[in-house]
Amino acid sequence: MALTAGSVDLTTDLGFLKLRNPVLTASGTFGYGLEFGPYLDLARLGGIVVKGLYYRPRGGNPPPRLVETPSGLINAIGLQGVGVEAFAAKVLPELRRAGTAVVVNVCGADDDEYAAVVEFLDRQEGIAAYELNISCPNVKKEGACPALAPRPTYDLVKRVKAASRRPIITKLSPNVTSIVEIAQAAAEAGTDAVALVNTFLAMAVDLETRRPKLGNVYGGLSGPAIKPIALRMVHQVASRLDVPVIGMGGIMTGVDALEFLVAGAAAVEVGTASFVDPDAAARVVDEIEAWCAARGVAAVRDLVGTLRTP
Amino acid sequence: MAIERDARLREAQSWGDFHRFVIDAPAVGREARPGQFVMVRVSDGTAPLLRRPLGIHDADGNGFELFFKVAGRGTEILSQKKVGDRLDVLGPLGRGFTIPAPAEGTAVWLVGGGRGIAPLFFLARRLAEAKARPVVFYGGRTSADIPIRGRFERAGIELICSTDDGSFGFAGLVTALVSRELDKSRPAIVYACGPDPMMKALAAITARHGVPAEFSLESVMGCGIGACWGCVHRIRGAGGDDWVKICEEGPVFPGERILWP
Repeated sequence: MALTAGSVDLTTDLGFLKLRNPVLTASGTFGYGLEFGPYLDLARLGGIVVKGLYYRPRGGNPPPRLVETPSGLINAIGLQGVGVEAFAAKVLPELRRAGTAVVVNVCGADDDEYAAVVEFLDRQEGIAAYELNISCPNVKKEGACPALAPRPTYDLVKRVKAASRRPIITKLSPNVTSIVEIAQAAAEAGTDAVALVNTFLAMAVDLETRRPKLGNVYGGLSGPAIKPIALRMVHQVASRLDVPVIGMGGIMTGVDALEFLVAGAAAVEVGTASFVDPDAAARVVDEIEAWCAARGVAAVRDLVGTLRTP
Repeated sequence: MAIERDARLREAQSWGDFHRFVIDAPAVGREARPGQFVMVRVSDGTAPLLRRPLGIHDADGNGFELFFKVAGRGTEILSQKKVGDRLDVLGPLGRGFTIPAPAEGTAVWLVGGGRGIAPLFFLARRLAEAKARPVVFYGGRTSADIPIRGRFERAGIELICSTDDGSFGFAGLVTALVSRELDKSRPAIVYACGPDPMMKALAAITARHGVPAEFSLESVMGCGIGACWGCVHRIRGAGGDDWVKICEEGPVFPGERILWP
C-alpha cells in the first residue's frame, strides 16, 4: 500500500548516534559544509562529514589535482585544509546553527597527530562524532595509509578511541585484499562504526605527452564507476561483522543509496554527486522517501540488510 | 548564485570549433558580473560526469551568453545542443574583474587570446557603459581563431587584432603587439584572459611597465563552489605562497599575486 511521502519514517539509529535520515555527505566532497548553504538546507540531511582536518593548515598536492574518467573522477588533492584552530573559530560556530549532525573527518601524519586533533576538537561543542580518516590515498607515497593493514588500523583506532569523548567512525580503504579483515581490526579496537569505501588508488595517462594526468601521479577514483565494488565491500563487511556500516561509493540517486542500505549499510554518504549537483544529497533524501512511500515501506531502517542472497 | 535547471538555448552561432550560445537564464543573467563563470552540465547521465566551467561572455536580465571552443568531450557535447534545448547551469560563480573607480575617461586595455576573449566582451561592454575608454587586443594563431571581431566593432568598442601567421591585423603574438603599444601609451589597467604562456608573458610585460594587470585563470574544476579544492593555482598571499582555489578567490587575480609555473 502506498504511503504519503511525509509519513515515511526516515530516522536512523547507529546505536551511538541518532540521525534525521540515513544520508550524510562524504568527507572531501562537501567542503566544510557552509559552501553548500546557498544550494540546499543542511537541516534536510542526516548529517554532514566535513573535509579532513589535520592539526595545522596543510598545503596539499601540486596541480593538476583532478582528472575525469568514464563515470568517475580521480582526485589527488592531498588533504589541503585550514587546520583545527581555523575550523573551530570560523566554521564550527556557523555549522552548529545548521541543524544537522556534524561529523568531523580527522587526519594525522602519525598516531599522535590524530590524537591531538581529537583532543582539540573534544573541547569544542557541536560535533556529533569523528570519522577517522585512516585511508586517504593521496598523502603518502603510493597511497600508503594505516587502513592497508590490520595492525596499524587496530593501534590507531585504539589510541584515538581512548583519547576521544565522542564516538569514532573509522573510514576504510578499498585498496586491500580483505576489507573484512581490516574492518574487524577496527571493530576489535573499539570503533563505533566503519565507513566504507574511500577512493580506489588509480591513475590516468596523457598518451601524447606520456605524462601522468595528475601532479601527484596517483590519485583516488570515486563516482559511479566504483559503485559496484563499493557495494560488494559493504555487503561483505555488513554480513560478517556486528559493527554498524556507513556505505558510500558512487551514490548519485536515492535508488543507489537504497541499494547500499539493502546490502547492509545503516546509513550512507553521498560524495562526488555533490560536485555535479550541490543539492544532490538533499535530492537523495527526497528520492529515498518517495521510493519508500510508493512501495508502502513505513520505515527506511526496515530495509537495512534485507538483501535476499541465494 | 543559483542552479537553473530549466535554462534554454535561445540562439546558437558557430565558426568551426568556436561557438556562441545565447541562453535564457534570468537568475544567472541578473547577477552576473564580468569575469564570473558558470558550471554547465553537458549530459544528464554520468559521462561526462562533471559540469564544465565556462566564462560568461555577456549577460542581461534575461540570461547570459557563452563563447567557447570545443576542447574535449564535454564542450563537444555542449556544442551539439540545438536552439530550444534545456540546459542545466550553476552560477554566476567566482569573483570578476575590478572596474576602476572613477571609470569615466580612464584608458583600459583588454587582451584576449583565442577562446580567452570570452569574458572580455562582457567586461568591455560594462567598461564602455561606465564611460571608460576600453581598447581590446584580440589575438589568435590565424584569422579563424578570432571570429567574433565584429561583435566588438558593432558595440563601438575599439579593437586591435593580431594573428601569429599574419593572416589578419598585426603579424605576431598579441603580447608583442601590447608590448609595442605600451612603449607609446599607458592605460590605467590591463585585463587579460588567454593561454597560460600568453598571460605569463603579459604579466612580465605589464610589470616591467609598472601597469596594474588582472588575469583570469583557467582550470579543470570539480565543483566550482570551493568545496573540492581541485582547481588551485600558486598565489602570493599575506601569509606566504599558497595553493589558492581559482573558483572561489578567482578566477581573476591581480598580476602581482600570481606565481606562474
